[in-house]
Amino acid sequence: MARLCRKVMGKIMPKFTRAKALEDKQTHYCPGCTHGVIHRLIAEVIDEMDIEGNTVGVFPVGCAVLGYQYVKFDGVQASHGRAPAAATGIKRAKPDRLVFTYQGDGDLAAIGTGEVVHAAARGENITTIFVNNTIYGMTGGQMAPTTLPGQKTQTSPFGRDTDKVGFPIRICELLSTLDGVAYAERVSLHDVKHINAAKKAIKKAFEIQMEGKGFSIVELLSNCPTNWAMTPPDSLKWIKENMVPYYPLGVYKDAEKGVTQR
Amino acid sequence: MKKTLMKGNEAVAEAAIRAGCKCYFGYPITPQNEVGAYMSARIHKRGGVFLQAESEIGAINMIYGCAATGTRCMTSSSSPGISLKTEGISYIAGADLPAVIVSVQRGGPGLGTIQPSQADYYQSTRAMGHGDLRLPVFAPYSVQEMVDMTTEAFELAEEYLTPVIILADGLLGQMMEPVSFGDDNSEKPGKSFSWAADGHMGKREKNEITSLRLYSEELEESVNKRFARFEKFKENHTRAEAVNCDDADIVVAAYGSASRVVQSAMEMARSEGIKVGTFRPITVSPFPEKALREACKVAKKVLVVEMSMGQMIDDVKMALEYKLPIEFYGRQGGFVPGPEEILEKIRGMKV
Ligand SMILES: Cc1ncc(C[n+]2csc(CCOP(=O)(O)OP(=O)(O)O)c2C)c(N)n1
Ligand code: SF4
Ligand SMILES: [Mg+2]
Repeated sequence: MARLCRKVMGKIMPKFTRAKALEDKQTHYCPGCTHGVIHRLIAEVIDEMDIEGNTVGVFPVGCAVLGYQYVKFDGVQASHGRAPAAATGIKRAKPDRLVFTYQGDGDLAAIGTGEVVHAAARGENITTIFVNNTIYGMTGGQMAPTTLPGQKTQTSPFGRDTDKVGFPIRICELLSTLDGVAYAERVSLHDVKHINAAKKAIKKAFEIQMEGKGFSIVELLSNCPTNWAMTPPDSLKWIKENMVPYYPLGVYKDAEKGVTQR
Repeated sequence: MKKTLMKGNEAVAEAAIRAGCKCYFGYPITPQNEVGAYMSARIHKRGGVFLQAESEIGAINMIYGCAATGTRCMTSSSSPGISLKTEGISYIAGADLPAVIVSVQRGGPGLGTIQPSQADYYQSTRAMGHGDLRLPVFAPYSVQEMVDMTTEAFELAEEYLTPVIILADGLLGQMMEPVSFGDDNSEKPGKSFSWAADGHMGKREKNEITSLRLYSEELEESVNKRFARFEKFKENHTRAEAVNCDDADIVVAAYGSASRVVQSAMEMARSEGIKVGTFRPITVSPFPEKALREACKVAKKVLVVEMSMGQMIDDVKMALEYKLPIEFYGRQGGFVPGPEEILEKIRGMKV
């Protein structure tokens, strides 16, 4: 992490500084929302890899729609679900850039399922940062493809009834079956240890892209305290207790190591 | 200049490559498949990229991303596919990006027919996506014009920061005519643009490509600016062709394929002593209103011929401010009207 050390009351304390690749701007995210954490992780990785000038980020329709305003590298705002297609256009035109998409679960696993599956199947040399918070945050908390069975949302007020609306989609498992996928990992943001692991996963995915190895995706189990109607600490607990069991963490595909876990 | 016998669809592809188009993204649909086929066989040998997308939605969003980097790119499709592209076209326009989009119309609604049609006039002149939006639309009537307009469209798209539409139809796409091409600029590096999101390389401020303007003032300003550019385009590039209109009692207005038939009908009518002139919009958006009024100065009646139930006729009525009687002859379903049918209609107009 972008830390400097300083002495506070005789103790060596880490001092947080803003990641270089982040603008000095207040975000519009709700207090305690993990979108801000993910922005920081991406920016720290970009700083460490020293690729800010070489990066183009593609931002979704969803709560992160203004993401391009918070970063110091070039940004493109894509239409709902189509970020992998837009990223494909960028990457095919500029193959040596680091191109990533940043997408929510509504964006990626509902309206944009076709685009992400085909970008992955083509082995498109891009990285997808998949923010799974089991809900449509931006539009006020509707049911998402990733909403857990029984989970209450604005459009599943009695809890997701799998008899009527079916089951959540596990994206990493789904995509790991595709030969074009070089790397797929699911991580969680519910505590510091897992946040550190999430950063490593993002770095790994970006490195794989820079080595030209194909499609990489990191799925981050995230929160939406506002639409889950929880305090931020409770929301993190909810990720750990409810999401992690349904969406097991781990590396689902690592083509280099011959790992394919389905 | 040496002439080659070529299909309209292939000629468009060759013209695009020569114009320095670096990326083509498309999805198969008849009657424009030759564009993708030609591109897939050739563009990579001339420094470009062909990619068959997963859908028209995929293709137009690839165009969006590619155009965002300031790279010349083109897509093509036909009616149902253009319908799918319209959200993306609106984003491209809203982000002020240049792109060339070829629409090879077939009959509709729905799956309709693969036969030629002009039923997407409203779509291309009025409804290329949501929002306050006007795009330049060229309507070629020959394979040569398809080539010339495609070449020009890349320049104009970059100059006016807008998607430019080439509105052809299945007949123009499929038919073969001798054509000549301009210079081959395929090996030339593309222009670089200060606004492009292609990685700042530490040499400039970062760029943001977006159509999102959350503040009313900002959105209004961007729409006004875009419309001001369209007005400038109108002044400089609105085009039409009037033939034998100086003494014409009847002016027959038609664009694209229909205008070829109208040309023959006019000659037949003239040989019978009926004073007929023809008016052909070359840009259908902006519509050549002034030129039409000029062409109809002495006319007593106007006939509009389209391969549809009548769509361009609305523009003709507005341009003439309903001051002249305006009649219509159209065929649908994929039929191209014959000159005799049109002549019959002209004879019946009694001026
Ligand atoms: C074509 C289209 N359909 C619907 C919307 C409305 N919309 C905006 S954001 C969104 C869902 C976003 O949810 P998600 O992708 O999970 O992102 P989050 O806000 O949770 O981060 C929807 C449906 C839109 N902007 N465009
Ligand atoms: S609505 Fe939810 S996902 Fe969106 S910013 Fe607020 S907490 Fe985060
Ligand atoms: Mg979500």
